[in-house]
Amino acid sequence: MSVLSHVRGSRELLVNLTLREVRGKYKRTALGQGWSLLNPLVQMTIFTVVFGVLIKVQPDPGNPSGLNQFALWLVAGLLPWSFLANAVTSGMGSLISNANLINKVYFPRETLVLSSVFSWDVSFSIELAVLTVVLLIFGGSPLLFLPLVVVAVVLLTAFALGIALALSVANVYFRDTQHFMALFLQVWFYATPIVYPYSYVQRNASPAVETLYRLNPMERFVAVFRNLLWDNRLPALSDAVYVLAAAALTLVLGWAVFRRYEGRLAEEL
Amino acid sequence: MTGPVWPAGSAPGSPAGSSTGSSAGSSVGSTPASGVGSTAAISVEDLSKRFRLYRERNQSLKAALLRGRRAAYEEFWALRDVSFEVPEGSTFGLIGENGSGKSTLLKCIARILRPDAGQVRARGSVASLLELGSGFHPELSGRENVYLNGSILGLSRREIDARFDAIVDFAGIDAFIDQPVKNYSSGMYVRLGFSVAINVDPEILLVDEVLAVGDSAFQEKCLEKFAEFRQAGKTVVVVSHAMGSLRTFCDTAAWLEHGRLVRVGPAAELVDDYIDEGHAERETQTEAASRWGSGEARLTKVELLDARGRPTTRVRTGDTVTVRLTYDASEPISKPVFGLALENLEGVYVWAHHSRDGEFVPDRIAGTGSIDLVIPRLMLQPGTFDLLASLVDYTTTHTYDFLRHCYRFDVDAGRPRESGGIVALGGQWGNLRAGPAAGAAGPEADPA
Repeated sequence: MSVLSHVRGSRELLVNLTLREVRGKYKRTALGQGWSLLNPLVQMTIFTVVFGVLIKVQPDPGNPSGLNQFALWLVAGLLPWSFLANAVTSGMGSLISNANLINKVYFPRETLVLSSVFSWDVSFSIELAVLTVVLLIFGGSPLLFLPLVVVAVVLLTAFALGIALALSVANVYFRDTQHFMALFLQVWFYATPIVYPYSYVQRNASPAVETLYRLNPMERFVAVFRNLLWDNRLPALSDAVYVLAAAALTLVLGWAVFRRYEGRLAEEL
Repeated sequence: MTGPVWPAGSAPGSPAGSSTGSSAGSSVGSTPASGVGSTAAISVEDLSKRFRLYRERNQSLKAALLRGRRAAYEEFWALRDVSFEVPEGSTFGLIGENGSGKSTLLKCIARILRPDAGQVRARGSVASLLELGSGFHPELSGRENVYLNGSILGLSRREIDARFDAIVDFAGIDAFIDQPVKNYSSGMYVRLGFSVAINVDPEILLVDEVLAVGDSAFQEKCLEKFAEFRQAGKTVVVVSHAMGSLRTFCDTAAWLEHGRLVRVGPAAELVDDYIDEGHAERETQTEAASRWGSGEARLTKVELLDARGRPTTRVRTGDTVTVRLTYDASEPISKPVFGLALENLEGVYVWAHHSRDGEFVPDRIAGTGSIDLVIPRLMLQPGTFDLLASLVDYTTTHTYDFLRHCYRFDVDAGRPRESGGIVALGGQWGNLRAGPAAGAAGPEADPA
């Protein structure tokens, strides 16, 4: 409703702020946007060596794609996770790092959070595009599922945005938030089947723990992304619904929290 | 039909004048009277703003949990029940001491702060000149930053396209527009920020003490731009401590004290009353802003004396004043030349006179003593001025002592009372000669 018209009215600003984030992020670096690929690449290498080669984690081959490379399986789950972690971290800090602006000019404050989350969408898209090409080279057929990948990206963005919006104001009032969140993200990472397959949890945990485990929306998001990119099949309906509900709910709640506390931002900063 | 009468001191139809009376509650009966500015561009109604003063600014979760709530704070009302209207097309000043709530009020109008009670309604787009490049990203080029900053201020891409040249031109940085702004000098940075902001071309412009930006040529451009603004019938709200420029610049003003509205009225009157109440009183400034010289003789004291010979920092236009320079010459100096100069707050060099041109050069001085410069009528407009004093040799090439800004004083309205500027010339209006077609028009002929 009014929220939407609000955002639409400041669309231009949003675009410009996002561009500022994207362009500013790697300015004066020799590699430029290359850094945004190098990061996941290094992560991929580390995790592949540790979990794929040393610990020998063995995910099921892609069904029906038949892919059977640990690194590719890993990256299909790692990319959505990195996006979430980066978007939440930078979105959360966006109000504080733009305190100067908030104190001097009026404009819809949420554009700051939105633009910093959206700027990670740019990197995410590039990463996904590269992954798609690599998957094709290795014999996968993800092209048909790309439209659904886009939908999944949108939902994941909404999810990240909801968290970032709520935490960004919390962070203004309590600077602990960002440090707490840094810790929490680490726990969250290992509580999500990224470096190990979900089947390992099924095998080792009691049903109660498993139910609890599956409450984690990121578990579902990772499953959806892996279904689309790695397996090349439609995700389970329950996962799709869960992901949709989690994204919508988080966004609405996050925005409500933001609305509730944004009024006193200028004086609290 | 043309709105702003300038200067406004005598504008008859300023609506919100004394009818506002003492304080809140008076819902200014929207008088649809005289055609000029009958609608309000900004209406402020019972506005209150409260700040929290944290006893310990400890924004940690641990502290909050231990206490069971967030840090203890005291409340402080920065604004309390302030109501007034800013007529459309007027230039409106906010005056008051530091901490009286002027800037808070401006920020409430700009929607940066959210009022705790009451409301502010602005008719038309509002842009504030509080920012001046605060949204710039140092690594991005000037061009990218213009677009970025423009959109923060609410312009669309096409609107910025249309104004781009004007913006760059106004800032005077054509050659550097594609350089990252971190390579800009601070002056260029601020000029570009100002230029973007003022070219947003809003219906309402909020200005907070920005007249002190850039060099004097740029300031002149800014003033011109403001004048254009007023001529286009736009509304300007200014916060400033420069009483002299407020007096000439504004039509109407509001006087705030401790967050409450004292009075709204014609600017010239209000500024004079404000100064008369001694609000702009200052402590005698004895330390010079800077000092240099070889030091064989030193100026030990600079004083401004009123007609009765008492030191003062507050005089009126037309007063007789004396500037007394006390010196201490550790070595005898032959044919010393004493000099005095005046600058106003904006740094404009107003006047200078030295004793060689004044044909008063003592053969020699030694030890301590003093010398007076008597000014029979101080022909300065109301404002704040700084004295510069010097002691040099007869050729004026060797400086024994030089004191910059060694004495600051205020000039209040006195006689003659003229409309604006820095100096009072004692001009007299008269000798009206009607052309052949015109009827016998009296001095109050303006039909508006």
